[in-house]
Amino acid sequence: MSELKLMKGNEALAEAAIRAGADAYFGYPITPQSEVIEYLMTEQPEKRTGMVVLQAESEVAAINMVYGAASTGKKVMTSSSSPGISLKLEGISYLAGAELPAVIVNVVRGGPGLGTIQPSQADYFQSVKGGGHGDYHLYVLAPSSVQEMADFVEDAFDIAFKYRAPVLILSDGLIGQMMEKVELKDQQERLTDEEVIKRHDSWATTGKTNRERNIITSLDLVSEKMEARVHRLMAKYKKMEEEDLRFEKIMCDDADYLFVAYGSSARIAQKAVELGREKGLKVGLLRPITLFPFPKKQLLDLADQVKGMLSVEMSAGQMVEDVKLAVEHKVPVEHFGRTGGIIHTPEEVLEALEQKIIKENGSIRYHKTRESSIL
Amino acid sequence: MEVSDIIKPENQVFCKTQLLTDTTLSYCPGCGHGTAHSITMEVIEEMGIVQDTIGVAPVGCSVLAYDFMNIDMTQAAHGRAPAVATAISRVWPNKYVFTYQGDGDLAAIGTAETIHACNRGENIVIIFVNNGIYGMTGGQMAPTTLEGMMSSTSPYGRDVKTMGMPIKMTELVANLPGVYYATRQAVHTHKHVRKAKKAIKKAFENTRLNNGISFIEIVSNCNSGWKMTPNESNIWMEENMFPYFPLGDIKVNGKLK
Repeated sequence: MSELKLMKGNEALAEAAIRAGADAYFGYPITPQSEVIEYLMTEQPEKRTGMVVLQAESEVAAINMVYGAASTGKKVMTSSSSPGISLKLEGISYLAGAELPAVIVNVVRGGPGLGTIQPSQADYFQSVKGGGHGDYHLYVLAPSSVQEMADFVEDAFDIAFKYRAPVLILSDGLIGQMMEKVELKDQQERLTDEEVIKRHDSWATTGKTNRERNIITSLDLVSEKMEARVHRLMAKYKKMEEEDLRFEKIMCDDADYLFVAYGSSARIAQKAVELGREKGLKVGLLRPITLFPFPKKQLLDLADQVKGMLSVEMSAGQMVEDVKLAVEHKVPVEHFGRTGGIIHTPEEVLEALEQKIIKENGSIRYHKTRESSIL
Repeated sequence: MEVSDIIKPENQVFCKTQLLTDTTLSYCPGCGHGTAHSITMEVIEEMGIVQDTIGVAPVGCSVLAYDFMNIDMTQAAHGRAPAVATAISRVWPNKYVFTYQGDGDLAAIGTAETIHACNRGENIVIIFVNNGIYGMTGGQMAPTTLEGMMSSTSPYGRDVKTMGMPIKMTELVANLPGVYYATRQAVHTHKHVRKAKKAIKKAFENTRLNNGISFIEIVSNCNSGWKMTPNESNIWMEENMFPYFPLGDIKVNGKLK
């Protein structure tokens, strides 16, 4: 039976991992996500389902433990917050290169550097533009509620195994720390060792039986082979875009103006939509649920309808670049967001739309820009 | 009599283990890695545990170990093999998991992972090939490069005033309660090969009995990096490496010698 509980986002995520039948979690404490490993250590999933939980000596060790467990076909997860994710990036690049399924969670805090422990969305670039070295992407899911913190764990595992690729759940300190009602799914059985071997014997290192040996590596010293590997990855990303793109449209049908926001900012922008509608402004919201793949086509379609877009994110302006790329200069796109751990209010967000997009009459400014570029 | 008349199955007194592939080794002629590989594979074959063995390759000369070892293998990021092996062993507790690492990998960039895997007493085998140099990148100074020894990044010899003394990893980890077996071996003569193979077998037996970590250092040569002939390098190793890195058991059955 599913179960209704009041939980912190981090706790809901941890509980959902147990219920999704995860085989292992490897982590290292960092604010504001330490509740994940604390919850797991208290809950002792080793007794409940046989899931392994280990506190590693560092984020670097934790992500390499994830690499090890993933290489054997097991369902494995880690979580951290921004500075810790920076440390994990080498391992994440290896996971992508070696084509391993794994779930990584970033409960983002402000940066750069040690930054602040307050919520932020300033890891967008790191999450969707690679972050680590080489030609790769992560499938990035952005939850905007405690419920989605729980739901996206299972979704992330499904995608990770569908594509044999690492998946990132990009949360933030606000969703990680706040408590909400959450409906938890039923416990899924963990796969037995025999089932893991049966499912993943074609690639996983589970011990060589009457087959060719399985090798997990991201190394190809022959350039043509390495290029083929990169092409294989790119084909996966294309397929993700075709089959697993996720987004949510709120009040977009008649919208003259559009907010584009994900995660916490989407919640705030949704309230700003309501405030705007009360004032008679036809405002809508497009919420990318996956940040990679990104709802490019949906934004381009909306660009034919709206007069301007405001990208709202708790950063100095990162996703706004992708929104601009998506709309191909058809409408003005501006950014609004507080940084340093400050959470913008719905009023601030609506005011930013009025000042940056509506009052400046963006559509007129746009045509001028275009003419000048033609000249 | 033709050579082909002699080379017949019935005349064969020695054969290569099935667990070594026919791929040409990428190691320099004279290097000890090939021997260390083959005795490790012989042990796995003799114990009949190939279906339950997972190896972890490092970054360094032996990064391509999986090309030569005919078993399931995962290649780890530089220095992280003990963390990778930890996880494999935790999620497959009945498997035999080993890492095969060099001195740069294990004793420099991977020091934290090495120490903590040992401290937790993970039920794995660590095979640590120490030749006192970074071979693959072209002969740079390693944490185990001897005092005064020349390398491309210590062209006037290792200055211990600025670089410290070469690190003795096996002695260091032997002091951790999680380490069940710590030994230092060599593979440059028949006698040493036999002893080293025995040590590796003991290590895998320890895994079978769930005893915790077995740490096997193999002091080896790097004739290319040391700029010597293979024979010269083995003599130099005996005269210079062995006094500082003395061969023999350091900890057996959880007790320091």
